[in-house]
Amino acid sequence: MSTETETAPAPVPAKAPQQRSGMPSWAIQGLVSLSAIVLALVVGAILIIVGDKQVQTAVGYFGAAPGDTFSAAASAVGEAYKALAVGAFGGITPISESLTQATPLICGGLAVSLAFRTGLFNIGAQGQLIAGAILAGYVGFAWHLPPVLHLIVALVAGLVGGAIWGGVVGLLKARTGAHEVIVTIMLNYVALYLLSWLLTTSTFRRPGRTDPISPIVDKNAQFPKFGDTRLHIGFLLALAAAVFVWWLLNRSTIGFELRAVGANADASRTAGMSVGKAYVIAMLVAGALAGLAGTQQVLGTDLPLTDGVAASVGFDAITVALLGRGTPLGTVLAGLLFGALNAGGLQMQLITQTPLTLTTVLQAVIVLFVAAPALVRSVFRFLPKERGAGAVLAKGWNG
Amino acid sequence: MTDTTPDAAPAAPAKPQIIEGPAERTRRQRVGGVMVVFALIGLGLAIFTKSGKATFQLVSGDLQHNLLGLPAQAVGLILGVLGVAAAVAYVLPSVRRLVPQRYAGWLAAALGICFIGAFLCWAAAGKTFPLANQFQGTLNFATPLILGALAGVMCERAGVINIAIEGQFLVGAFTAAIVSSTTGSGAAALIAAAASGVVMAALLAVFSIKYLVNQVVLGVVLVVFATGITGFLFDQFLQSDADKLNTPKVLSAIKIPGLGDIPFIGPILFNQTILVYLMYIAVAVVTFVLFETRWGLRIRAVGEHPKAADTVGIKVKRIRYSAVLTAGILAGLGGAFFTVGYAGSFSKEMTAGNGFIALAALIMGRWHPIGATVAALFFGFATQLQSQLQIIQTPIPGQLLLMAPYLATIIAVAGLVGRVRAPKADGEPYVTE
Repeated sequence: MSTETETAPAPVPAKAPQQRSGMPSWAIQGLVSLSAIVLALVVGAILIIVGDKQVQTAVGYFGAAPGDTFSAAASAVGEAYKALAVGAFGGITPISESLTQATPLICGGLAVSLAFRTGLFNIGAQGQLIAGAILAGYVGFAWHLPPVLHLIVALVAGLVGGAIWGGVVGLLKARTGAHEVIVTIMLNYVALYLLSWLLTTSTFRRPGRTDPISPIVDKNAQFPKFGDTRLHIGFLLALAAAVFVWWLLNRSTIGFELRAVGANADASRTAGMSVGKAYVIAMLVAGALAGLAGTQQVLGTDLPLTDGVAASVGFDAITVALLGRGTPLGTVLAGLLFGALNAGGLQMQLITQTPLTLTTVLQAVIVLFVAAPALVRSVFRFLPKERGAGAVLAKGWNG
Repeated sequence: MTDTTPDAAPAAPAKPQIIEGPAERTRRQRVGGVMVVFALIGLGLAIFTKSGKATFQLVSGDLQHNLLGLPAQAVGLILGVLGVAAAVAYVLPSVRRLVPQRYAGWLAAALGICFIGAFLCWAAAGKTFPLANQFQGTLNFATPLILGALAGVMCERAGVINIAIEGQFLVGAFTAAIVSSTTGSGAAALIAAAASGVVMAALLAVFSIKYLVNQVVLGVVLVVFATGITGFLFDQFLQSDADKLNTPKVLSAIKIPGLGDIPFIGPILFNQTILVYLMYIAVAVVTFVLFETRWGLRIRAVGEHPKAADTVGIKVKRIRYSAVLTAGILAGLGGAFFTVGYAGSFSKEMTAGNGFIALAALIMGRWHPIGATVAALFFGFATQLQSQLQIIQTPIPGQLLLMAPYLATIIAVAGLVGRVRAPKADGEPYVTE
């Protein structure tokens, strides 16, 4: 486990020998990701066993009947994971719930990964999401427009809210060199406190309530739902957003500049590109994407505006983007996986009392292992080596 | 460095204050602009200050004596005018030429103090403002931030980005709570917290130095991991068995004889818990180690130019491991502050983003231990000010006051600090070829 990795090729030069394996790199990445999930489930199993009361009692008389410990452990893990799987995939309702959970994660993940590709580290999806949710929610419950139009106006308002919140970061970075990591962290707090202040004003407070909660948006501004499920057309918007980001990055001139700046800002500047412009555009679009996630929360999942409207979606989005390796397709897949884990985790908590926090651990461990293919390979020896292993998404502070 | 304006032309060696390059001019104008705006706001506050006395309470808890009564508007106006003068002095080229470059920052600092003073006069007019509590609270809020930021400085000076401070805090807080509850010993709790910080730091070190994982990615993931694992263990054990596992004893204050008797600052600075004293020591030690010792020189060398360091025989990876693991001690202690130093019990995600604030302090402080400490003190001051002002009630809603330190940071970073330069190899794994 040690000797192999000392020599692992890190930032592999362009013409790295390809003879390591005949497999295409996406297949290897898929295998690594699958192995990472397996390893994460093993880590989770250990936690379940450690935390299980029956196992603890059985360990108490381990000397007398060691078999009890093992069977208690096996059943604890088995039941928890079964509940997780059923909660995520077992039927229409669980699947729709997984997709509902995945929706904002995909949009938020796209927001983070688009910025990554431009060499920016966007920790601010949370704030951008809140900003989007505030505007979309405000238009949704304070204005009264005809059907369809109301929805569109509210949606646009949400996108604009996020875009403003993200655009400021790009602008400050471009004009003054302010570090985007600090600015986005600070703007997360600003958005949070702005929201909690707004919720004390009469405009945003739900009539007849004293706690900070807004009215639910008008029927006209709500996303249509699929059948009796909570799944709404926001999911399709998330997929469309992924296609848009793919197009933007891979097929448009602007996207080329964004990627070029992300790969090497100095070289791009020398080549005559405006690095500042790239930062502003990337953060505007990223902000709008995160704003879309916030819009989906208020217009689609029917969450009224509260202090907790963003939950931890903006931060989970970072993990989703990391797991998705900065590509739109990867982000969608990662978002689906995390959505399923969230939905299944809720079910698991309900049925086997395994805390939902376990899924947070699973998510972190999955990303950790995916980011360290060398470690995964040291466990699963059969995995072929990948070119440019641990592909670097973002770079150091100096960009 | 990524910038759009050409960075400072090579500064004239002899008398840099006389020749001003275009970049310096832009910077002076931008910083000056921000300063003028702040100065005018300060003056405006002074003009709208109610006449009457602003009373400042100099000893916490003592409401009868040690009160300092000032004519609010007069003092506010004086401070406002002084602030404007400082801002104008900064921005006018004719005046700036007389001020050596390295003292220019003092003008900004002077403005900051005048602004805060004018603001306090405005807020406290006709009321009693607990000044001693303000400084006491500043120190409390700043202690974990300073420890965390110092941990960041150690890591990043060695070339390893540490976004995981928040995670190290959480694990440190959690461990300190459990160990204090089960053993009843504050010392054991601190040692355990430091050790758990080292374990988290070891994850950071192994994955970044050995497995070459992108460090920004890694930091975020470690925060999620720490959140998940402390949350899971809290749900499974601490909640159901809170009496036994989650009743840590809060460290008691230790008064340093002599120093603790100095009026006003004595009780604030020298009647504190051992953690605060450890923080003082840490600031001094980290500064000394980084800039005065061979190990520190090597740490900075592997953070700036690992290849050159390697060429002269420095073991790059070993130095990086040592720096990151040492940083873990500091961050773990910082985490302990949340439970055994302050709150008295662990709750889920109780560090509430303080690790990220520490990260911001480290960047604002330009990767320098003293700078990071000053920035952390600023955050502590602003956080405490907000809660004080809520108690004495000002016309500004509390939520907007809470927002203030974060907005101020953005302004500071955009206007005053501007382009910061991290250690050159910060975030780049070192691979021997």
